[in-house]
Amino acid sequence: MSVGAPRIDVIVSEVVEVNDLIKRFRFVRADGGDMPHFSGGSHVVIEMNDHGTRRMNPYSLMSDPADSKGYEISVRRDDAGRGGSLYMHRHVKAGMRMQIGHPVNLFPPDARAKKHLFLAGGIGITPFMSMMSQLAPVGARFELHYSVRSRALGAYVDRLTAAYAGRVHVYVDEKGEAIDLKTLLATQPLGTHLYVCGPKGMIEWVKSTAYAMGWPANTVHSEEFLAPPVGQPFEVELAASGRTLTVGAAQSILEAMEAAGVDAPYLCRGGACGQCETAVVRCDGHIHHHDHWLSDDEKAAKTKIMPCVSRFEGKTLVLDR
Amino acid sequence: MTKTVFEKSIRSRPVYGELQPRAGGAHLFVADGEGAGAIVDMVARAGSAAAELLEKAHIIYTPGANGTDQFAALERLGAAQCHRSPSFAAAESRLRKVLADAHMGLQVYLAGTETVIGLAQRAAMEAGLPHDAVQTEHRGSLARRVQCVHCKGITESVTTDPFVCSHCGLNLFVRDHYSRRLAAFQGVNIDAEDPGQVPPAVERFK
Repeated sequence: MSVGAPRIDVIVSEVVEVNDLIKRFRFVRADGGDMPHFSGGSHVVIEMNDHGTRRMNPYSLMSDPADSKGYEISVRRDDAGRGGSLYMHRHVKAGMRMQIGHPVNLFPPDARAKKHLFLAGGIGITPFMSMMSQLAPVGARFELHYSVRSRALGAYVDRLTAAYAGRVHVYVDEKGEAIDLKTLLATQPLGTHLYVCGPKGMIEWVKSTAYAMGWPANTVHSEEFLAPPVGQPFEVELAASGRTLTVGAAQSILEAMEAAGVDAPYLCRGGACGQCETAVVRCDGHIHHHDHWLSDDEKAAKTKIMPCVSRFEGKTLVLDR
Repeated sequence: MTKTVFEKSIRSRPVYGELQPRAGGAHLFVADGEGAGAIVDMVARAGSAAAELLEKAHIIYTPGANGTDQFAALERLGAAQCHRSPSFAAAESRLRKVLADAHMGLQVYLAGTETVIGLAQRAAMEAGLPHDAVQTEHRGSLARRVQCVHCKGITESVTTDPFVCSHCGLNLFVRDHYSRRLAAFQGVNIDAEDPGQVPPAVERFK
């Protein structure tokens, strides 16, 4: 199935209601041993057995990388989503056994940076929490700018403000507070790297503003995991395995392949890492590319697809899988 | 003198482009010798954007090792600051001070010989800019700064291959293998197995 190591058997050791929308989960190894080490910015894929439907969602690790006894994630409930976050909120209780993947880091702090500038929106705070835990003890220079909808929904504001006094700036939408992005970006010392995690609109705004102000592409980092979008059911032919599958409305091609027992590679399951890239043998119709991986040219060429998030509409889609 | 055309080589060998005006909060130019022409040409290409760019521009220039001095052409551009130093070594403290005080959004443009481009790029990298964030355009001499892999001594302005290490006296073959950290090409002993069997020196880097 997935590349690399097998899954880790874990026990949910703690479930904490952080606020109306966010719950925090802590996982420890079922065999009592240490968790594999991870670096700040890593994520894990959590496996859920949602009453017969297998869900595998990526979540950023927010705990201290020095804490080898457990992993912590925070999940924001998405009532309109496909159901992964609802399952975590409604059904995952302390003491439950689950399986998780090994940590993968697609969003590490760049060790060459003279300063790290973190911009978080809402639940996008989580990867920065593990990064800051890692960076603070080594004396690295960083600054967090955290936008939240309301004070009540601002997860971990108090904890972060206490831990990193003077380095944490909070902006509350409800109070009309907003980050002065242009001034912030214009006053950063040379060698600063910029990291943004949050809603799609925020990521695009921050990146395009930074580029327009002359920030080099390699100093601007972002992470956004996409949930596979819901759409019309469609058929996909798998040339190598000689199968034809129907991809359900709330299912991704990757999930349909897994349900049919086809061995397909994946890592992030959110259109970010590139691991599931698959060659398109024939395409008579339109591929809805939803990923951040393929270039615009590759997307237009219809020769590659990312089965974790992309969908198809049309007559025939044949994949080399 | 126009842009230099290089033969295809190993991946390590630096490649140079053509300076393009970019958006930024400040613009730093470092050039030596014929590199002045690359800056003049770029400003001409910038058209209506040139005035705004020059208002925020700082040019640091040193005459080439071959004596070429085109400082007058740079002065005529009317940049906010235009400074001439007798050598790169003399200009380096100014360059490092400018980089230390700079903010993100600074655009760095380097033009001239590989030696000055490499040394200025190293200073920019040490100040925290990714190496590929600085623009470069080669003009003028191809003389190389070479590090002897045996004694680690650096010989400047190497024009022939092989050459004799100015530190340890070994006969060195000049490779295209380049170090951005050292801003130098690699020189490897050519007659290690058969001492004295040294091919005649050829002027490869004019």
